[in-house]
Amino acid sequence: MKHNVLGVINLIHETDELEHLTQNRCLATVPFGARYRLIDFVLSSMVNSGISKVAVFAHTKYRSLMDHLGSGKHWDLQHRQGGLFILPPSSVDIQEMSRGDLYHFYQHRDYFQRSSWEYVVIARSHMVCNVDFDDVISRHQEQGADITIVCKRQDKQMPGKPRKVKMEENGRITAIQDHYGRLVSDVVSMEMYVMRKELLMELVETSLAQGQDHLVRHAIFSRLGQLNVYGYMYEGYLGVVNTLPSYYANSMSLLKPEVWKSLFYQPGPIYTKVKDEPPTRYASGSRVTNSLIANGCRIEGTVINSILFRGVHIEKGAIVKDSIIMQNGQVGESSFIYNSILDKDVQVENGRDIRGAGGTPFLVGKKKII
Amino acid sequence: MGRKEMIAMLLAGGEGKRLGVLTKDLAKPAVYFGGKYRIIDFTLSNCVHSGIDTVGVLTQYQPLELNRYLGIGSPWGLDRQDGGMTILPPYVKQKGGVWYKGTANAIYQNMPYIERYNPEYVLVISGDHIYKMDYDLMLQHHKRSGADVTIAGIEVPWKEASRFGVMHVDDEDRITAFEEKPKNPTSNIASMGVYIFTWKTLQKYLIYDEARRGSSHDFGKDVIPAMMNSGLHLACYPFKGYWKDVGTIESLWEANMDLLTDKPSLCLYDPNWRIYSVSPNRPAQLTTMTAEVTASCVNEGCMLEGIVDHSVLFCGVHAEQGSYISESVIMPGVRIGAGARVYRAIIGEGAVIQAGVTIGDPASDAITVVAVDQYVAADDHQLLEVEPL
Repeated sequence: MKHNVLGVINLIHETDELEHLTQNRCLATVPFGARYRLIDFVLSSMVNSGISKVAVFAHTKYRSLMDHLGSGKHWDLQHRQGGLFILPPSSVDIQEMSRGDLYHFYQHRDYFQRSSWEYVVIARSHMVCNVDFDDVISRHQEQGADITIVCKRQDKQMPGKPRKVKMEENGRITAIQDHYGRLVSDVVSMEMYVMRKELLMELVETSLAQGQDHLVRHAIFSRLGQLNVYGYMYEGYLGVVNTLPSYYANSMSLLKPEVWKSLFYQPGPIYTKVKDEPPTRYASGSRVTNSLIANGCRIEGTVINSILFRGVHIEKGAIVKDSIIMQNGQVGESSFIYNSILDKDVQVENGRDIRGAGGTPFLVGKKKII
Repeated sequence: MGRKEMIAMLLAGGEGKRLGVLTKDLAKPAVYFGGKYRIIDFTLSNCVHSGIDTVGVLTQYQPLELNRYLGIGSPWGLDRQDGGMTILPPYVKQKGGVWYKGTANAIYQNMPYIERYNPEYVLVISGDHIYKMDYDLMLQHHKRSGADVTIAGIEVPWKEASRFGVMHVDDEDRITAFEEKPKNPTSNIASMGVYIFTWKTLQKYLIYDEARRGSSHDFGKDVIPAMMNSGLHLACYPFKGYWKDVGTIESLWEANMDLLTDKPSLCLYDPNWRIYSVSPNRPAQLTTMTAEVTASCVNEGCMLEGIVDHSVLFCGVHAEQGSYISESVIMPGVRIGAGARVYRAIIGEGAVIQAGVTIGDPASDAITVVAVDQYVAADDHQLLEVEPL
């Protein structure tokens, strides 16, 4: 299958309830897991599965996306054949911007048509997972499916707002609901769709001709009776990160060694933009337990059940507990931070006390000084 | 091809004999240092921060790993259209090829490379030292003094002076005498092995030295003394700051430990002087419920379940539950088994210390070295190399 599959990461109208975290960035570039951005997981999965031509359909607030992805070199997507394509909307007309994703697929049709490759994998950016698409495509071919949707069985209700699907014994999908629906099912869609490129182009054109412009709701859901749509069961870790509680809960899951070992390594490594941060320094009086810590941090205080992104400085006597501190955060001497999320470049001065009440973490916006 | 004011020639062929098993399959500049880096990262980063975009890296001994590491120079921003990094191994010529016979001969053999850029000045450095230095300031000093050669010098403790080339310097930074590794040193200003030559002068002396019988073709032993004797203007550029030759097990261990003091004299955190290196792109380090980490430098990809104190851990180290690591340097991908104890040791890349094994002796000052990929089971102690301090 090498060189035979086009990747598309579709950022158009992603369900986003991350409050301030997505005020100035798209969901795809929300920092996650101490050194990654959400999009890294699906992008790395594609690359590790041998997909060497990937387009990112950017939509709004994509400055951080351009900065993060750059030439694609960190994902090994900077090469002669294929590589990374960031495709923003072709028009700034507000009416066109608000149209459904199929309309934008149509606008970007050159990306598909210029290539002779056979299959397309369409994915979203907010699924934290590590998927082997090679295996998905093999199953797709074996089953003779028209469309294969990557799904995950979740025995208990997890935070986040996924689309639930109804699936028959043989794997055939008979219903897909919207993110806010009430369908009772333990199978959730990971919103990754595999199909032949020709079928996609056909779906795009016929749907638009009928005045329908949403990929899932119109092009796929309304044709479940006519097309063979099958589910592929993914067995690895899945985090659906499109709400603030799910962001927090899935971040904290990374502290489990078994999740850390599988999500970041199996079946392939997760890549991200490399920074030249030095190793993290633990001072002589530091105390760190059950925490995930990126490079470039300086820890002089106490860190418990927390996640520190690159370049965070925890000064003497400070205590950080059950919290997430993003890049270059600084926590002054003897400050106490509990159940909070500090966005990038937040500076907490000496002796401050910040805590989130109840189940919801307290969110501090980027570059705030407290 | 544009003319370059100054290009760098980086000598990276060192065998590093005194590093024992650590350089068995590895050139010395590729030896790991500081939890994330290889020794050569420091000089390459210095070049880039000093505005030098053309660097010839001269390799000879065990180049495979070093070549693979350097690639086309992208991690240091040296993958350039005009200039950039070029790896210069010895090669076969029409009349047969020879190995690099000495530091000066290595440059002599690569004169065609230098000529291609037709530089005014040539910086000659070696990939064996740990330091941060702005070579552009040194170039300004060189131009100001009007010297033919400028040698960077640093004050070292008197007892160590005999390990280096030492210089006598007058009030105007002019070098009045130069001795290579003297038995009884009369000065403690050591040459750092960092030279700026005015290219035309160097070229003349390289050709002269090549023809001279009995020459060992070495900068310190032959070329610099010859320049001294001809009355050229040799200037010393006094350097203040951290500089360490990590040529021995002891100095390599010490230099790593230097990073763990409260205010290390080598600062790795300066955002304007990042030390660039190849990033392994591993997940952030996970410190579990059972871990205790103090006074240590730890890189990404590590999983720490044991106790780590005063140690430097490279990427992907797994310290299992109940393990204890103290005053040690643990290179990439090492596994320290449950309950294992490691005191004052350097553990080579990919080694496995089986559960329950003790490496080193808390009561001794000696440094224990475990070779690359070595598997240490409970009864294998005779395999270890011990370097008494």
